[in-house]
Amino acid sequence: MIEHLLSEIPRFFTASNVAFLAAAAGRTLLLSVAGCVIGFTIGFALVCIRQTHSPWLAPARLTAIAYIEVFRRVPFLVILFLVLFAIQVVAPTASLFTIALVGVCIVSTAFLAEIIRSGFESVPRQQIEAAEVMNFTRLQTIRMVVAPQAWKVILPPAFAFMVMFIKDTALASQVGVVELTFTGKVLSNRGFSATLTFGTILLAYFILSYPLTRLGRYLEKRLATSRH
Amino acid sequence: MEYTFQFGQAFMHLPYLLGGAVLSLEIAFIAFWGGAVMGLLGAYALVYGGPVARHSAQGYITFFTNTPAVVQIFFLFYALPEVGIVLSSFTAVTLGLMLNSAAYLADIQRAGFLSVRQTELDAAETLGMSKLQMLRYVIVPHIARSIYPPLSGFFVWLVLGSSIGALYGVEELTGRALNVATENLRTIEVFLIVAAIYIALTLAASLSLGLVGRHVFRVKGGLLR
Repeated sequence: MIEHLLSEIPRFFTASNVAFLAAAAGRTLLLSVAGCVIGFTIGFALVCIRQTHSPWLAPARLTAIAYIEVFRRVPFLVILFLVLFAIQVVAPTASLFTIALVGVCIVSTAFLAEIIRSGFESVPRQQIEAAEVMNFTRLQTIRMVVAPQAWKVILPPAFAFMVMFIKDTALASQVGVVELTFTGKVLSNRGFSATLTFGTILLAYFILSYPLTRLGRYLEKRLATSRH
Repeated sequence: MEYTFQFGQAFMHLPYLLGGAVLSLEIAFIAFWGGAVMGLLGAYALVYGGPVARHSAQGYITFFTNTPAVVQIFFLFYALPEVGIVLSSFTAVTLGLMLNSAAYLADIQRAGFLSVRQTELDAAETLGMSKLQMLRYVIVPHIARSIYPPLSGFFVWLVLGSSIGALYGVEELTGRALNVATENLRTIEVFLIVAAIYIALTLAASLSLGLVGRHVFRVKGGLLR
């Protein structure tokens, strides 16, 4: 068994296979980073909407709350299938990568919004009232009072989420995006040993997400000490 | 472009889908309890173990939390047969999720162990409590209260996570949805219904876990998290 695996290694790590794997790892990374950046932006907007009090914006607030609650309770795979088939009705020419990206953004928005909200809520109520007394607009309050303090609470779980997210993009292989997991299936179908292929894929994911885990833990320690 | 929804075609299969939901819960349940027991051993090793036990537990956690469950299960399902271990798809998925949750649950339970302070144990001893009383009145309530919310959150995550069973042909909720969709081609309708079932399922789980937490373990805070 071991000798067999060892003899297969030089055939497996050819220049073309390595390039194939690297391109796939790039696509996995692109999908996660784009998903997190877009998700963070929209999520932030959703949280800002939730912070408003005007009765005119009540429907928008309810939509934001419903969005966050619903999409955190549906499996990513189900969302991917829904996006895959719904997009074909609206835009039949959309690429598979776009479809996966839309699915990824829908999920990341919901989860990151919840993380951002708990960060916002960590800021003492009195400070927001003080800002109100000083005639800050709601946007100014968020920009100058809430955000500078909240980001310390937001960053560590946001990093943890991003690590989770790199792993979740593995499901994008199901709609046909050629990322790491898909590449693993392709290589194993080409006749390479499944132990070798999926072992390599596991290792590739580990290389992508481990530095992020470490960075997140480092930030958590740094920020935890600076907060007191 | 036009699309006419035909939910009737999909609702016909509701009992079949709900049967799949039961299987989803089953997978989540087995994976959770298996993972909790393994995680307890891991947490014990992390907090009280020697260097070898500590490092191997930490290595296990690092590996399993940094690689996707999907690929781990692919490994179990396709690579293990190469050494002669053939798992059914149900076993591979449940085992994969169990190994995965063991890593997360070890981390959660470790935090629980660390939440019991020495001063409190000293106080209990001063009051003349026996070891058993200390366990019953100080250690367990303390650990339970601090780890119950993340544990119940993780169970909900597992219910959603069990949907990857569909990729290996396990007929849980998502798997059955795929079966129905390939048969009647009403994919959007079927998956909308399935999404609604998942929402109902996880809401019911969060709510009942939250109630148990509030009344049995005196967990503070909102019911839905």
